[in-house]
Amino acid sequence: MTLLTILFDGVAYGMLLFVLACGLAVTLGLMNFVNLAHGAFAMAGGYACAILVNRAGLPFFAALPIAFVVSAAIGAVLERSLYRHLYTRSHLDQVLFTIGLVFMSVTAMDYFMGSAQTFIHLPDYLQGQINLFGLGVGRYRLMIIVICGLLTIALQMILSKTRFGSRLRAAVDDPRAASGLGINVPQVFALTFAFGCGLAGMGGALGAEILGLDPYFPLKFMIYFLIVVTVGGSSSITGPFLASLLLGIGDVAGKYYVPKLGAFVIYTMMIVILIWRPNGLFGRTAAR
Amino acid sequence: MLRNFISATVAAVGVLSIGGLAQAQETVKIGLIVPMTGGQASTGQQINNAIKLYQQKNGDTVAGKKVEIILKDDAALPDNTKRLAQELIVNEKVNIIAGFGVTPAALAAAPLATQAKVPEIVMAAGTSIITERSPYIVRTSFTLAQSSTIIGDWAAKNGIKKVATLTSDYAPGNDALQFFKEHFTAGGGEIVEEVKVPLANPDFAPFLQRMKDSKPDAVFVFVPAGQGGNFMKQYAERGLDKSGIKVIGPGDVMDDDLLNNMGDAALGAVTAHLYSAAHPSAMNKEFVAAYKKAYNTRPGFMAVGGWDGIHLVYEALKKTGGKADGDSLIAAMKGMKWESPRGPISIDPETRDIVQNIYIRKVEKVDGELYNIEFATFEAVKDPGKTKK
Repeated sequence: MTLLTILFDGVAYGMLLFVLACGLAVTLGLMNFVNLAHGAFAMAGGYACAILVNRAGLPFFAALPIAFVVSAAIGAVLERSLYRHLYTRSHLDQVLFTIGLVFMSVTAMDYFMGSAQTFIHLPDYLQGQINLFGLGVGRYRLMIIVICGLLTIALQMILSKTRFGSRLRAAVDDPRAASGLGINVPQVFALTFAFGCGLAGMGGALGAEILGLDPYFPLKFMIYFLIVVTVGGSSSITGPFLASLLLGIGDVAGKYYVPKLGAFVIYTMMIVILIWRPNGLFGRTAAR
Repeated sequence: MLRNFISATVAAVGVLSIGGLAQAQETVKIGLIVPMTGGQASTGQQINNAIKLYQQKNGDTVAGKKVEIILKDDAALPDNTKRLAQELIVNEKVNIIAGFGVTPAALAAAPLATQAKVPEIVMAAGTSIITERSPYIVRTSFTLAQSSTIIGDWAAKNGIKKVATLTSDYAPGNDALQFFKEHFTAGGGEIVEEVKVPLANPDFAPFLQRMKDSKPDAVFVFVPAGQGGNFMKQYAERGLDKSGIKVIGPGDVMDDDLLNNMGDAALGAVTAHLYSAAHPSAMNKEFVAAYKKAYNTRPGFMAVGGWDGIHLVYEALKKTGGKADGDSLIAAMKGMKWESPRGPISIDPETRDIVQNIYIRKVEKVDGELYNIEFATFEAVKDPGKTKK
């Protein structure tokens, strides 16, 4: 029974990590751009949702898509104005630029929203537990699993079945040939980047209840996002997805069964997996 | 003639230099070092707010001296604290240094206080050892041991037999755990589960499940103030509240600053602490009203630490008749007693630490807002971290 509860919590946690980190998997893996400021977009979404729900009185489910839109819009603007110039620069430049962006976002949020934890007021029907076949299941976590599961399926469909998906894959595999075929590569990248930021924003809004939301969010969770992407490999959506689940379940189970070692489990798993498969679980085996 | 001239000159110079000295002593400078940015910023803001409020209410002159506050932000980093304290003492020639949001910050400034004979008023940091590090340190906040031992005693006497503990794995968390455990087990209680969670902990779910499975009467919790809300939410989400497991702990977790945003999940939590914004005294009502009017938020225990800190300086200056050197001020502060918004308090003449009432409170809803409602009082509690020795 306990095992099932742990599994359930782990899956919910993993799903959340996936929605937060999959945008990073796209920018890092597909566009080959190191965006350490990814968490800042998640934070923006979280605060957008908090302001809408707590101050404007919008229902939580109406605020979630808006959080997505807000983060995506910020992402699009920054991509066009700042990020675009760094695609061809070295990784060190990209890291320095984005880490600077993180610090700016932290200070800006601290200034505007204060340093205290922000909570999103949830409707009553999302609080507490329900009983599923004798298993106590947190309603909020159940909702996370449902939403994130649907999102994952949708993402996979978009990437593999739609025209945009094939354009994106083409643009990534060989940008020169793709633009020769009439694909507007910068536009595809911009859309993808904005979409990834939007997902992060939604993840931030969903995660505020479980992970907490304060101006230090981008720094606190940067390491988790990077673990998901490195362990999962960055060549597809499936890799980070399975990695998120694995890490989520591993983290929760580790903290439950060996609380003294709790925090180390996730890092140990990362080290073992990376020694076993240096390019991540589903990474490309040969360097490009 | 010449002799007259010389003596006149000497007299004039003498008068001048005395005049100069007197002028320098017209103001008493207090270097206030608190975190105004970073994760501990709310501590600094509350202290600074309270001091400003005090000076608005009582004026900035006492015993013929103008009290000037020089605010410095150390972002709770001890290196900064030490550098700022040194600058304030050497360049600004402050008479007193005050504030100190976290224990390492207070400790970093201690050697400077000793060397320069400048009183160090600790208005926030709560580890027992602080006041032992310099004979010039006086504390107006609290020690963690004060609240943790009291909640241990109270729990053992009030039908709580089995307790599971969940504390953050850092010095104050370990302090709280140790003092609680000592007093609770001495009172006949049993610790059935002991979990230390990492300080940067994203998700309490697995730890809370462990708490739930150990079936205690209550969970003793100490996490940094910012995480209290998350803890309470997940505690309710997991249904621990419905399975009759109480939440007890030192009152930091239920800080007035955050309490109202935690939501109804926090209802019923029992904590021991020095101050609640709902403390039913005329003085506190006036303090809370004035604070709310000025800053549009209710004061927490950090604000009270700042308020009492500046009050202590004012009273000490009155007692010394305006003499602002370290030794006279410390001598005046020792044993001083006064009525604070939190209740009657005094400075222990031996340890220079605060002696205060510790209240047992329960979170209840009053006029649609969450408050810690006090229902039992342990009077004049000294710091158990020191009396033990």
